Amino acid sequence: MSTVNHTQEPLLRIAKRDGISRPKAYVIRIVAVVLSLVVSGIFIFAVTKLNPVEVYKAIFDGAFGTSRRSWVTIRDTMMLLCIGVGLAPAFKMKFWNIGAEGQVLIGGVVTAGFMRAFGGSISTPVLLVIMAVVSLLAGCVWGVIPAAFKAKWGTNETLFTLMMNYVAIQITSYCVALWENPIGSNTVGVINQQTKAGWFPAVFGQTYGLNVILVLALTVGMFIYLKYSKQGYEISVVGDSQNTARYAGISVKKVTVRTMAISGAICGLAGFIAVAGASHTISTSTAGGRGFTAIIVAWLAQFNTFVMILISLLLVFLQKGAIQIASQFNLNDYASNIITGIILFFILGSEFFINYRVILRGKKEVEAK
Amino acid sequence: METVAAVQLRNITKRFGKVVANNSVSLDINRGEILSLLGENGSGKTTLMNMLAGIYFPDEGEILVNGQPVIIASPKDAFDYGIGMIHQHFKLVDVFTAAENIVLGLEEEGKLDLKATAAKINGICEKYGFQIDPNKKIYDMSVSEKQTVEIVKVLYRGADILILDEPTAVLTPQETDRLFDVMRNMKADGKAMIIITHKLHEVMDVSDRVAVLRKGKYIGDVATKDTSPQALTDMMVGHAVTLNINRPDPKDPTPRLEVSGLTVYDAMGVKRLDNVTFTAMGGEILGIAGIAGSGQKELLESIAGLQPISPGASIRYRPIGHPEDKDGTELVGKTPLQIKQAGVSLAFVPEDRLGMGLVGTMGMTGNMLLRSYRKGHGIFTDRKAPKKLAEEVLTELDVVTPSVNFPVRRLSGGNVQKVLVGREIAQEPSVLMTAYAVRGLDINTSYTIYNLLTEQKLKGVAVVYVGEDLDVLLELCDRILVLCGGQVSGIVDARTTTKEEVGLLMTRFKKEGEPA
Repeated sequence: MSTVNHTQEPLLRIAKRDGISRPKAYVIRIVAVVLSLVVSGIFIFAVTKLNPVEVYKAIFDGAFGTSRRSWVTIRDTMMLLCIGVGLAPAFKMKFWNIGAEGQVLIGGVVTAGFMRAFGGSISTPVLLVIMAVVSLLAGCVWGVIPAAFKAKWGTNETLFTLMMNYVAIQITSYCVALWENPIGSNTVGVINQQTKAGWFPAVFGQTYGLNVILVLALTVGMFIYLKYSKQGYEISVVGDSQNTARYAGISVKKVTVRTMAISGAICGLAGFIAVAGASHTISTSTAGGRGFTAIIVAWLAQFNTFVMILISLLLVFLQKGAIQIASQFNLNDYASNIITGIILFFILGSEFFINYRVILRGKKEVEAK
Repeated sequence: METVAAVQLRNITKRFGKVVANNSVSLDINRGEILSLLGENGSGKTTLMNMLAGIYFPDEGEILVNGQPVIIASPKDAFDYGIGMIHQHFKLVDVFTAAENIVLGLEEEGKLDLKATAAKINGICEKYGFQIDPNKKIYDMSVSEKQTVEIVKVLYRGADILILDEPTAVLTPQETDRLFDVMRNMKADGKAMIIITHKLHEVMDVSDRVAVLRKGKYIGDVATKDTSPQALTDMMVGHAVTLNINRPDPKDPTPRLEVSGLTVYDAMGVKRLDNVTFTAMGGEILGIAGIAGSGQKELLESIAGLQPISPGASIRYRPIGHPEDKDGTELVGKTPLQIKQAGVSLAFVPEDRLGMGLVGTMGMTGNMLLRSYRKGHGIFTDRKAPKKLAEEVLTELDVVTPSVNFPVRRLSGGNVQKVLVGREIAQEPSVLMTAYAVRGLDINTSYTIYNLLTEQKLKGVAVVYVGEDLDVLLELCDRILVLCGGQVSGIVDARTTTKEEVGLLMTRFKKEGEPA
């Protein structure tokens, strides 16, 4: 016979909060950032015997130490933000688009192709418009294929978009081999290095001015689209409950395909910006994992594209800082990655305490004020 | 010889919040006997059995097995005492074979020997007359085969007290007969069996004794041979309670929805509606009564354009104030959007309020928008009108919410329903369909809903009210359509009928001419 004791309350219980006031949520977040700095400070001192303040200074230096570094940080932030903005509608619809990597790459490949082929024959402004359009289309196709399969046959979009990444990577490898320059280097090299044909022109004297303008325009546009447009409303309804959507006469299939067309297209455009506006070359690492990092950006911001600006900046800032401390203090890459890891862990973990509260045994359940 | 009851329940009480699901229930279950547990929806049958099976733990009272008081705190405890429950919803792993499912979770000594398992399974099957292939995968099985696996699983673990929760709901008549044969074999073997069912003819057919629950209370038990379906219905529904719902006479009723030959199969290929024909009149409330799962959901959803309908059906809609429009509008084959575009103003309060009628993460304003967001030509939504509507609903129906932008899923059940009903009525519908509109609501909110429906009726709207409380159906509605197993078993005048008559129709299955 089994003896059962079921009266004992567990030591810790977790209860979902009914809601939390905005200031309180921000207090939790700020406490998380402070705690993360303290904990990584302890880590830094324990492992490297370095002064944590110096290390934090170096992180800041790495991201904003010089004007050039600042612009690189801004450029990379815009890149990440652009992909995040592209992912926002898909994830808001609860469509797990983890194929941004491929959508960016395929947009980049067609951009590079057009840049090589028509760099000498078409004037740069016209060529830029053409490249923007074809990269939009390429990304759109990459997004629509998994969406259409899901709408028609109910395939799993997570696996499908992931596989589309590999297809894009293989196509890119093939093109890199095809366009190799110089022969034997196994890279495409900088395209149109002499003529700069098809490159983003400097705006207000800034090399990356156009990147900023394009991406911020998309950010504002996507914010308005999601919040105020009829299609944005449909995306919210489908993301919340497909049954409710059907009940309201919304075609879930149509919305799925349409939203992924938009999502893929913006990611494709991110590929265009990466090639024509930043690297001026193409390789399989053009997307560089940003397609996945951008998922964190989109979710953390709860699909609010303005909040995404801050989060993208934070992630890029930490990344640049990590590179800086690695070289400045002769740490290996892993040490600096651990520090960024600790900081991210605390920031992500704070969301748990915003949504849930922990009740100790014996304590009366007190409603959070 | 003196026999001790296999299981004795003594003064079992179980509460869920304020709701008392079982109120001091005492019940004996004997070996070599099939006991039917009978009761309306929500009378606490499944809750009571779940306490035997270790899924719930009683708040008060005690359970005795073979005369010994026991504590059953988990399904494993239940198995240790030889109690096995076959749930309404199967709990099987689709990609495993029958044998793998049967041994799943068993902590046996030594290596897993599927051959020995299969032999043991075949032994059990031969003994009681089951037919099952131990090596067949679950996903290749019919519903009836899956049920067999569930039963064998319980027997394999040595259960001699079996609880079957509505086992026949998913079976064809032939499969039901086969199941009953097996049950009789098990009875002969000295096992104690409890079958939960709504179908009176099955009760009469298979059981030795019937115990009746009503609203959580134990009403009594009778030997099957000493009772009749009529007497059981009386025990089940009790005497009519007066609710004093205001019911004005219908105002010149005119046909609004003419449904004919409506047959619906669900995704599993099970027939849910069978040749349903009726007319819903403008200016009256048509009640739909029936045991849960008799096709109510499918009926409303097929009218709303949300169910695939088998060929040969027709749903004709005639708008208010256009008696000259003889043909009306055909709704079959139209999507919800097409129905709306055809000018049909159909309001629908579905059973699953947050999962189908509302968007939980949005506030009242966002939910008002659900019906109107297409208005206007631009690409942007107009939020002013829905906000105004949300504020109107909030004041008129007394919705308790911090603001019109507060997510509705965080509101209480009653307030959620007010938001939903308020929005649907604001469409100025000509047909208003509601499914379990007052389920889970307190008395006051329920009366608010009844009054709203009656107001709509007086406006000439055809109101369709799917309900579960017979007292309410009898006092609120003008006519009551009774569904039984997807068929219309009768349409009665609510003013003259009795609870017993409706109760009998709810459980009367047409035996003759029933398609296999």
